[in-house]
Amino acid sequence: MRRWIPLLVFAVLGVFLYLGLYLNPKEVPSPLVGRPAPDFTLPVVGRPGETFSPSEVRGEVWLLNIWAPWCSVCLEEHRHLPRMVADRVPVYGLTWKDLDREAAPLLARNGSPYVAAVDDHDGRIAIRYGVTVTPETFVIDREGMIRMKHVGPITPAVWEKKFEPLLRELQS
Amino acid sequence: MRYRLRLLVLAFCLLPGWGTASLPAAPNTDDPVLEARLNHLAEDLRCVVCQNESLAESRASLALDLREEIREMMRAGMSDDAVVESLVARYGDFVLYRPPVKPLTYVLWGGPLAFLLIGIALALATLHRRRTLRPQADVSPEALREAARLLRSDHSSHPGSPIASGRASRLSHQEER
Repeated sequence: MRRWIPLLVFAVLGVFLYLGLYLNPKEVPSPLVGRPAPDFTLPVVGRPGETFSPSEVRGEVWLLNIWAPWCSVCLEEHRHLPRMVADRVPVYGLTWKDLDREAAPLLARNGSPYVAAVDDHDGRIAIRYGVTVTPETFVIDREGMIRMKHVGPITPAVWEKKFEPLLRELQS
Repeated sequence: MRYRLRLLVLAFCLLPGWGTASLPAAPNTDDPVLEARLNHLAEDLRCVVCQNESLAESRASLALDLREEIREMMRAGMSDDAVVESLVARYGDFVLYRPPVKPLTYVLWGGPLAFLLIGIALALATLHRRRTLRPQADVSPEALREAARLLRSDHSSHPGSPIASGRASRLSHQEER
């Protein structure tokens, strides 16, 4: 019996290390879930003189999608987002550090998946939302509370599993 | 000589790049007190995009932005604790390089100590068992006496002792060559 102990210890360690392989270090749990979405007022990309602030959509469930023109995954997400969302919920964009001013022509050329995309030129608002990578999507409820944060692109599977049920609950 | 030089070069190649990794980023304000505070604080904060670097070391663009954000908070008169608190509120405990002691991290902080205590306990138990080990009973007194004689004879060099015979054999070996 005694000589099996090292093997047992090794097996337990092995199981933990194996499970560790499937952890995503980028999936940092956000402490912002359940807290009010940080407020801001920023200019809207491609519409000079216009601004957007979360307080304007108070009383509505909405999505805030963090993207950047230099993020190819975000551009891929743009192509599929409208089909998945299908006007169920308004999607606003936060353009993160568009230093080369590419966002406006890009959205005009490809078609914008957003009701409006704001320009977070120096990335300060993204910091308030605890953004680490693009794309990231926040689900914000009628009271202006963050209810979910999704890191990475929204695929049809993710939309069906994570977004659909939550939106149904929030919009009922 | 050349061999030694090669060894030296190899040793240098194997040195980790200590000097290069830990230099704090160059300050870009003219307030040295604030910069010192920032760098001190940033040592204990994690760069959230380059997760194995501290905020002080990192040159990632988000790290630069975060340092600028911290500068601004400090200029606004926030204490170090308040700055850290506001960062934790956005990025979670993950942003801290030193995780706080709380129920979720008890194992993390207590684990090494527990392992040390287990090791000490095992070592003490083993030593105790060895010290209280009874001598084997079935060794005859004659055998013990013989063993004692052999041990004694090891030190003297009368003919037939292992040392003397060893020397003799070595000598004969040299003669053969």
